[in-house]
Amino acid sequence: MIMRLRLKPHKINRSLAGNAMIFTMLAFGAVFMALPMVYAVNNAFKPLDEIFLFPPRFLVRNPTLDNFQDLMNLMANSWVPFSRYFFNTMLIAVLGTLGHIVLASMAAYPLAKHKFPGAKLIFSAIVLSLMFAGEVTAIPNYMIMSWLGLVNNYAAVIVPAFVFPLGLFLMKQFMENIPDAILESARMDGASEFQILWKIVMPSVTPAWLTLILFCFQNLWGTTGGVFIYDENLKTLPYAFSQILAGGIARTGVAAAVALVMMIVPITIFIVTQSRVIETMTSSGLKD
Amino acid sequence: MASYAAYFRRKLNLTWLLMKRSKVSYLMIAPYVLLFFTFTVLPVIMSMALSSTYFNLLEPPRFIGWQNYQRLFLEDDVFLIAVKNTFLFAAITGPVSYMACFIFAWFINELSPRLRAFMTLLFYAPSISGNVYMMWQLMFSGDSYGYINGMLLKYGFISEPILFLKEPQYILPIIILVQLWLSLGTSFLAFIAGLQVVDRSLYEAAAVDGIRNRWQELWFITLPAMRSFLMFGAVVQITQSFAVSSVAVAMVGFPSTDYAGHTIMTHLMDYGSIRFDMGYASAIATILFLVMIGSNKLVQRFLRTLGD
Repeated sequence: MIMRLRLKPHKINRSLAGNAMIFTMLAFGAVFMALPMVYAVNNAFKPLDEIFLFPPRFLVRNPTLDNFQDLMNLMANSWVPFSRYFFNTMLIAVLGTLGHIVLASMAAYPLAKHKFPGAKLIFSAIVLSLMFAGEVTAIPNYMIMSWLGLVNNYAAVIVPAFVFPLGLFLMKQFMENIPDAILESARMDGASEFQILWKIVMPSVTPAWLTLILFCFQNLWGTTGGVFIYDENLKTLPYAFSQILAGGIARTGVAAAVALVMMIVPITIFIVTQSRVIETMTSSGLKD
Repeated sequence: MASYAAYFRRKLNLTWLLMKRSKVSYLMIAPYVLLFFTFTVLPVIMSMALSSTYFNLLEPPRFIGWQNYQRLFLEDDVFLIAVKNTFLFAAITGPVSYMACFIFAWFINELSPRLRAFMTLLFYAPSISGNVYMMWQLMFSGDSYGYINGMLLKYGFISEPILFLKEPQYILPIIILVQLWLSLGTSFLAFIAGLQVVDRSLYEAAAVDGIRNRWQELWFITLPAMRSFLMFGAVVQITQSFAVSSVAVAMVGFPSTDYAGHTIMTHLMDYGSIRFDMGYASAIATILFLVMIGSNKLVQRFLRTLGD
C-alpha cells in the first residue's frame, strides 16, 4: 500500500557528457514551457506605456498593479459583477469535484475488490471511454441535457463531471493495492461494505482522492459552460476572461492579469498535492 | 446439443446466483454506471443512430441511410481538408508530445528530489493553467506589439509584421506549437511516477550483465519495465491529439484563412452548432469516434509487442 518512492537518482552508467546533454535539453524545454507563463506574469504588472513599447520588452521594468485595478473597474462596471462569475465557477468546481470523488470511489471499490458478473465489462467500457474525447458527442449530450431539463442550469456542467472516466480509472487502479486481508478482517468484525469503504478504504487512498481533486477541479475551473449555460448570470470566470481578451490589444494588460488569476488556483493545488499525485500515478499503468 | 443447452442453463444459474450475492456491489456502482450510461454510452449510440438520418432539430429525424457519409467523402471538399489537417496534426503532435512526455520525464528522473519536484511543476503547469495558452495569441499577434513580430523587426529579420495567425502557411505550425506546449499533462505525470517505481535492483543487475550506458539501460530495462505506463500514456496523448478544436479556434479564429486550421472537430462544430445539420454532424462525430478508437487500438497492439 505505502509506496516507497526512490529518493536518490542512481549513479551507475552515467557519463558526464550525457549529463551535460540532459541538462542542456532540460534547460531548453524549461524555457519553452515557462516563456508564456513568465510573459503572462510580466504583462500583468506592466504599465500601459510598457505594454505598447516598441520594440516590446519581455520583462517588466516598473511593475504596477494598474492592470488589476483596471480589471476591478471593468468588472465592477460590467452588467454581471465579477464576484458572480467567480461564485459560479467556484460552485461548479466544488460541487462537481465532491460528487466526482464520492461517486467514483463508490464505483471504484467494488470494481477493484469485489468479483461480480459484469465488472469486467463495466471496466472495459471505462477504459474505452478514455480513448475518445468527450467533445465528439456534444450533439447528443446537448439533446439529453435538454430532455432532462438541465440546459441553462449549473447541473448541466456539474453532473457530467461526476463520471469523468479518468478519475474512476485511477481510483480503481490505486485501490487494487490495498491488501485483501485488511478488508477481510473488517468483514469478520461485522463491518458492512459501505462502512469498509468509508472507514478503511478511503482513509488509505488519500493520494488517489487528492489526485482526483486536482484533475476534476482543474477541469471544471477552466470550463466556460459552453453551450449548456447561456444566462449571463450563470456564466463562469473563463467565459468572462475570453470576453475581456476579445477586447483586443487594448486589453492586453487586463487579459494578462486575468490569466494570472486563473492559473494561480490550479497551480497552487498542484504544488500542494504534487507528491500524492505522483504516488497515485504509480498505479496508473494500463495492463494488457 | 442437449448437453450444450444444459451447460448454458447451469452457467446462467450460476451467474444469477453470483449476481444475487453481489447486490451490494451493484448498489455501490449503480449511481456511477447510471450517469456514465446517460452521459457517455447513450450519446455514442445516439450519435451513430443519428448519422443515418436527416435531422435539423425542428422536424423529427428522417432516415436517409448512407447519404450523410456519401456526402462527406464525395461532395464535401472542406471535410477532406479537415481530415487532412487532423491527420497531419495528430501524426505530428501525437508522437512528438508522447516522446516529449517520456523524454522529459526520463531526464527529470535523473535530478535530485527537490529539483525534480520543481521541474515537474514547471513542465506540467501549462497543461493545467487553463486559458493561459491565450498568451501565445498575444505573442504571435500580427502587429508590431506582438512580441515575436517586435523581436523580428527589431533585429531586422523582417521589415513589416507577419500576420502569423492569418496566413495559411503559419496557422498549422502555430497550432501544433501551442498544442505541444499544452500536452505535457496526465501522461507526463504517469511517466514520472512510472520511472520511480522501476525496480532499482534491475539496474544493478544490468550493470553487472554488461549494460554500459544510460541509452542501453533505457532500451533494455526501463522501457520494458514501463510498458503499462507507456500504454496508458499513449491513450491519453492519442485521444488529445485528435480532438484539437478549442485551441485552434481561440488562436486563429473560425473559420481560419483557407481553412488552414480546420479540423474534423471544428467541422463538426460548424455543422452541429452553426448550421444545425445534426444528422450530418453526427456522421462527422461517428467518423472521428472511430478514428480515435481505431488509432488507440492500433497503437496498443504495437506497444504490447514492446520488449517481447
